[in-house]
Amino acid sequence: MSEKILMKGNEAIGEAAILAGCRHYFAYPITPQNEIPAYMAKRLPQVGGTFLQAESELAAVSMVMGASAGGARVMTSSSSPGISLKQEGISYMSGAQLPAVIVNMMRGGPGLGNIAGAQGDYFQATRGGGNGDYHVLVIAPGNVQELADYTVKAFELADKYRIVCMILGDGYLGQMSEPLILPEAVKELPAKDWALTGAKGRDPHIIASLRLADGALVGHVYDLYKNYAEIEKNEVIYDTQNLEDADYMLVAYGTSSRVCKKAIRVLRAEGIKVGLFRPVTLWPFPKKEIAEAAKKVKKILTVEMSMGQMVQDVQINAGKYCDVDFYGEPGGMLPVVEKIVQRVKSYV
Amino acid sequence: MSEEKIYSFPKSIREVTTHYCAGCGHGIVHKLIAQIMDELGIQEKTLMIAPVGCSVLAYNYIKADGLEAAHGRAPAVSTGLKRVQKDKVVICYQGDGDLLAIGTAESVHAANRGEHITVIFINNAIYGMTGGQMAPTTMEGQVTKTTPYGRDPKQVGWPIRACELLNTLEAPYYIERCAVYDVKHINQTKKAIKKAIQNQIDGKGYSFVEILSMCPTNWGVEPQKAADWVRDVMEPYYPIKCFRDGGEKTK
Repeated sequence: MSEKILMKGNEAIGEAAILAGCRHYFAYPITPQNEIPAYMAKRLPQVGGTFLQAESELAAVSMVMGASAGGARVMTSSSSPGISLKQEGISYMSGAQLPAVIVNMMRGGPGLGNIAGAQGDYFQATRGGGNGDYHVLVIAPGNVQELADYTVKAFELADKYRIVCMILGDGYLGQMSEPLILPEAVKELPAKDWALTGAKGRDPHIIASLRLADGALVGHVYDLYKNYAEIEKNEVIYDTQNLEDADYMLVAYGTSSRVCKKAIRVLRAEGIKVGLFRPVTLWPFPKKEIAEAAKKVKKILTVEMSMGQMVQDVQINAGKYCDVDFYGEPGGMLPVVEKIVQRVKSYV
Repeated sequence: MSEEKIYSFPKSIREVTTHYCAGCGHGIVHKLIAQIMDELGIQEKTLMIAPVGCSVLAYNYIKADGLEAAHGRAPAVSTGLKRVQKDKVVICYQGDGDLLAIGTAESVHAANRGEHITVIFINNAIYGMTGGQMAPTTMEGQVTKTTPYGRDPKQVGWPIRACELLNTLEAPYYIERCAVYDVKHINQTKKAIKKAIQNQIDGKGYSFVEILSMCPTNWGVEPQKAADWVRDVMEPYYPIKCFRDGGEKTK
């Protein structure tokens, strides 16, 4: 499978999930990610898998929870308002340490908002989203190739750490078509000796988030955070461009980072040395890496399709080394290249 | 004269102290499930879904793999698990708030898809774990923490009949309402649960057993009076009968 093919972002996620060994997918329709359930409805029966359109997002994520407890690689997908509904199941799965992949192709909000791509769910994705002390591992791809590659990666990480792994894209990424090379099919899936398979020749397994006994929940949450510390140590992903000699650093993820790349070309053509720092894992956030990069530049401009969410993480981690400015477009609008260019020029 | 052992502690139940109140029906139904697991030899292939409510700790008693669902989502969680573990027996255990209030959609749609699961529905006309609030099955005029002047159907609607509701669907294979207020009815309940589980083993489809049960603590009455109340007040509104068998509606 090394030849390049043209594929829509949402469909690339679906095919990559199947290549990663996902044979169970449960979801409820919502724009702008409807190509994912349509693709899975068509493809999963061809590979002996199960596609089920759930009665709601609450049901879909609960089906995911059940399938995950049964040991399967399982996925659901949605967009912002639907992801809000899924937070119940995400919190329960996090408490019960059940792996799953959840795709959020973000749209404009709050509420029903609109159906254009947006990045207004950063806080929800990286701060937990549901109730309680927990984290979801969040990966933000920047193009169709990465949507495919990181979907496979998401399944690996979810199983490795028994954590919910979220692919955080947006409506623009999901709807665009780009050439990609499909990832290799995963041949061997990890054994899950904790799964519910029937207590044959062993003690029963109990999978639950409830910890009523004195002190039991305290210990459980500390255990969860030991796991999170390992993830923060081992699984940070980020990307940089033109940072070697940069005076100014743009920080952006996903679709915003694509607009930044165009702005960098324009600014560099005018002799202004600007580069890009692109977090790929939003949790764990590349804290040390962005701090190191901040030491070498005069100023940071964070660019988001929101009123300013990731910029808080940039300020916390890089703010003591240089000024952090922000430019954002809410409501499903793309950042404008010329506005980035003018803002950076104002620093010179 | 040789001795024959005719009664013992079920193998499929853990020998632990119960947290259920005196006179509660959950313990009776747990025991029936465990006895049936023993009789059918399915302890090693049973997957028990515990709901939110008093029976959230069902997995502490039933000696089988157990999974806890969010409130109302037990049928959806059961769906996901059964679609993966197709050769196992998935028992979806639910209370009235779980099944008919917060989880109405999940209950109706799992039944409508004809999921190959066995739903055990404990109807005790009240919320137990949270301390006695109105359930969707609370009787007209019944006093609860949130209906201190008695349930007024004009304000909060009428008690919902789960079996009759689900019996309007095409897919269900077996629907029966039972009770556990006396020995005769406990024995009938055991037969119904056994049939509902056997149906799943045989790949027949969705089976639903509603069990009218007692909650003396939150009803504020002694256990025997609670049992009498199920018979005298609940049963006339929730008739004990088989609504559907073998996929066919009963006459």
